Amino acid sequence: MNITFSSFREISEAIKTKKVSAVEVTKHFLDRIQLLDTKLNSFITLNENAIQQAQNIDDQIKAGDVLGPLAGIPFGIKDMLCTKNLRTTAGSKILENFIPPYDSTVVKKLKNSGAVILGKLNQDEFAMGSSNETSFFGPVKNPWNPEYVPGGSSGGSAAAQAARLVAGTIGTDTGGSIRQPASFCGVVGVKPTYGRVSRYGIIAYASSLDQAGPMTSNVEDAALALEMICGHDPMDGTSSQKVIPRWSADLKADVKGLRIGILEEALKSGLDSDVEKTVQNSIEAFKKMGAEIIPISLSLIEYSIPVYYLIAASEASSNLARYDGVRFGFRAEMQETATSLDDFYSITRGQGFGSESKRRIMIGTFCLSSGYHEEYYVKACKVRRLIKNQYDEAYKKCDIILSPVAATPAFKLGDRISNPLAMYLNDLYTTSANLAGLPSISIPFGLSKNRLPIGIQLTAQAFEEQKLLNAGFALEKASIIGKEKPYVI
Amino acid sequence: MSYRGYDAVIGIETHVQLRTKSKIFSSDATNFDASDNENTSPITLGMPGTLPVLNKKVIEYSVLTGLALNCSIRKKSVFARKNYFYPDLPKGYQISQYDQPICENGALTFMVNGQERRVSITRAHMEEDAGKSTHHGDYTLINLNRAGIPLLEIVSGPEITSATEAAEYGKAIRQVVRYLDVCDGNLEEGSLRCDVNISVKKEGVDKLGTKVEIKNINSFRFIEKAIEYEIDRQIDLLESGQKVIQETRLYDPDKNRTFSMRKKEDAQDYRYFPDPDILPVVISEDFIKKLKAEIPEMPLARAQRFISAHGLPEYDAFVLTTERELADYYEATAKICGNYKSSSNWVMTDVMRELNLNNSIISKAPVSPEALGQLIQMIDNEKISGKIAKSVFSEMWKSGKSPEAIVNEKKMVQISDASTIEKIVDDVLALNPSQVHDYKGGKEKLIGFFVGAVMKTSKGQANPDLVNKILLEKLKK
Repeated sequence: MNITFSSFREISEAIKTKKVSAVEVTKHFLDRIQLLDTKLNSFITLNENAIQQAQNIDDQIKAGDVLGPLAGIPFGIKDMLCTKNLRTTAGSKILENFIPPYDSTVVKKLKNSGAVILGKLNQDEFAMGSSNETSFFGPVKNPWNPEYVPGGSSGGSAAAQAARLVAGTIGTDTGGSIRQPASFCGVVGVKPTYGRVSRYGIIAYASSLDQAGPMTSNVEDAALALEMICGHDPMDGTSSQKVIPRWSADLKADVKGLRIGILEEALKSGLDSDVEKTVQNSIEAFKKMGAEIIPISLSLIEYSIPVYYLIAASEASSNLARYDGVRFGFRAEMQETATSLDDFYSITRGQGFGSESKRRIMIGTFCLSSGYHEEYYVKACKVRRLIKNQYDEAYKKCDIILSPVAATPAFKLGDRISNPLAMYLNDLYTTSANLAGLPSISIPFGLSKNRLPIGIQLTAQAFEEQKLLNAGFALEKASIIGKEKPYVI
Repeated sequence: MSYRGYDAVIGIETHVQLRTKSKIFSSDATNFDASDNENTSPITLGMPGTLPVLNKKVIEYSVLTGLALNCSIRKKSVFARKNYFYPDLPKGYQISQYDQPICENGALTFMVNGQERRVSITRAHMEEDAGKSTHHGDYTLINLNRAGIPLLEIVSGPEITSATEAAEYGKAIRQVVRYLDVCDGNLEEGSLRCDVNISVKKEGVDKLGTKVEIKNINSFRFIEKAIEYEIDRQIDLLESGQKVIQETRLYDPDKNRTFSMRKKEDAQDYRYFPDPDILPVVISEDFIKKLKAEIPEMPLARAQRFISAHGLPEYDAFVLTTERELADYYEATAKICGNYKSSSNWVMTDVMRELNLNNSIISKAPVSPEALGQLIQMIDNEKISGKIAKSVFSEMWKSGKSPEAIVNEKKMVQISDASTIEKIVDDVLALNPSQVHDYKGGKEKLIGFFVGAVMKTSKGQANPDLVNKILLEKLKK
């Protein structure tokens, strides 16, 4: 079998029927990492126990144990998710040497379903960025063209997945950090409904927006992985009590009669011509498959960027306060000029955080300060509610909202990093799903003239993942990327 | 009350540690005697990715306290983050409540110098405690066992007018939380802590003066002294034409003075905002109803009932109600014997004396209220004398046996049979002819001598009233 391009189901079937061992599969992907990742820089840390974990799977199979659906599937995990005894950095110098004594719930659930953890994937520092250029561990290269960014913040996950250095990956999405890199690298990325996936053990960037989700080669894998990591967690008070449906088993590429809402604001906003063409093609594809196409307006979407940045930065300024050099992580060497407690904090944090994290901490601190709190934080929360209301209205007319993931395909490394506003505009079509807590998926659908992948974003109502995955599954089948592959492969 | 022509305006914030088994947002234990940093999971340490999950018991205890303080309970209350940096604050913010606290608009009535006084309770909100720093010259040690212990911060209105009143308010709060059994009220261990806000203004003037906060005073006596000192300090400043500066001060009990800790200009902007990790707390009418039914009779009401229904003197009623267990003990005793005043006397003198001597507490008394009630009953039924009862009681305390058993074992039953006593009296009189002569000659004080002799002969078992009566009759002849 061709392990590189096999689905989860195919690999775990092969392992369970002893056609191939879990150790062989793990070694196969470790070899690929060895061979290719010097070009991509997608991994920050490799798991030295990966082969041992795979061996355990093989032992259990030999012993006749019943194994989970991900038995022996090698995963790469974004470095926002804590992994027990395996360094977890959030892409930051301030956590350069942090080794958690606990697993995040997502990682625990993956392990319980049999997955093998190959290592930790590069990302923008504290998930703050859209190009993976803010990582302390250096930028990740796009596997389709190394001069281009892979997107962010889950750039390492997207690149490793696109280059098939792993069978599956997990990313996190606060304002588009799964979907935008998935689009830039040509993989499937799912941001679940807020509350579907436990946030316990996932390093917090903006707690009311953060969700982890799978980034995979196809929708079927995404559905299966999502099923494995979802569910109520007593360790996360905001995790939903809702029962997890069997998304993978119920996956159907049937969209007959499904009402696809087309986000009008996106089509009028001066999209890159390749992106626009891809969107039009996807609409045509849905029409052909029998879906109903309905124009939809979300007039407040233009405010989603400022609202997102005000809320995310406010929460981040508080969430990142714990990185103070007192109990764990980086602590700066103190010179004699440092005499006060404030010096201790500002020198450690000054050296430990990169400039984008500092920028957002400062924005957030400002937004929450007395005198500005009402004008910025409180107002942003009110507009957030209005955006949510507009979505609710829109879903009276349609089942799924279709839009581009980003206005352009991947851009060149270095192009936007010195212009934060241009960088922030990347998130125009993705942040609103986080603000409204909705499930949203990026499906690779087109290729630009420069042979860079372009994704289509589908967004459903809260807890309607099945509808979302089905629509994505259908679109995937109509995708014109077809057998195109990144150069690196 | 007036201080040199000035009025004092005092408000108190009381931090009550709720005695839950686990912390407010984690399953870490809360025991005070744990070794340093023993009760610290990754959640308490604020490690990356960890999340708070609210302990339901904290809500229960908070609502219970709020109801006992006549507060209205918010149907939806919200936790907020209070952001500031300090090494013993692991997350860089304290999870507290801000604009939507769980309890609001209550009042507490208590006694000050025999007068009833009512002070409003502005609010009571839930929050987590911080850790503890101990400074050792050029280094500081941090113990995070306390970090995450649930607190209820009870804020009074600025209505307290004297140092005595402030101390009584503090004691009344302590009494309430101990009655509810939501806090052990131990000031030395810090399970109850008071911050006091004080300002002074010329008598009769409406405009409030500049306030000063005194933090963390660890006894009610010190609260009184700190306030007395601070009022004097502020009046001195104003009288000498200076201004009171808004600041936080600490009280030094050794020197009996307050000193400046930080000025208002250094005051932090805490940047409160709703904690996105914790859903709003929604409280149902049923939950409140259920807790209302659990609230025991509060100390003041109980004392008033002891006065009106049991006919106890005020002094007795207030002493007996200082602790719920003591009042329970008294009531259980009285219920057995039906003699309120006697029960009160025995509890207040004999029981409390033994407890003090043995440095013990009422819940550990070896004499049960039932046994004490039986003892009192035996006196009232003239089965034993009051004097014998005292020795029976100390025997009960030592052995834990019932009064019945002790009296039977030691044959201490009172002799109330007139003919038996007459015989002893006759013997005593016959043995002491000269004293009889003197008595009849007018030395009537000798009656005591005869009573003593009769009691001694009867080994204390003779009914003293009867002895007196018979002696007087015989000596008249």
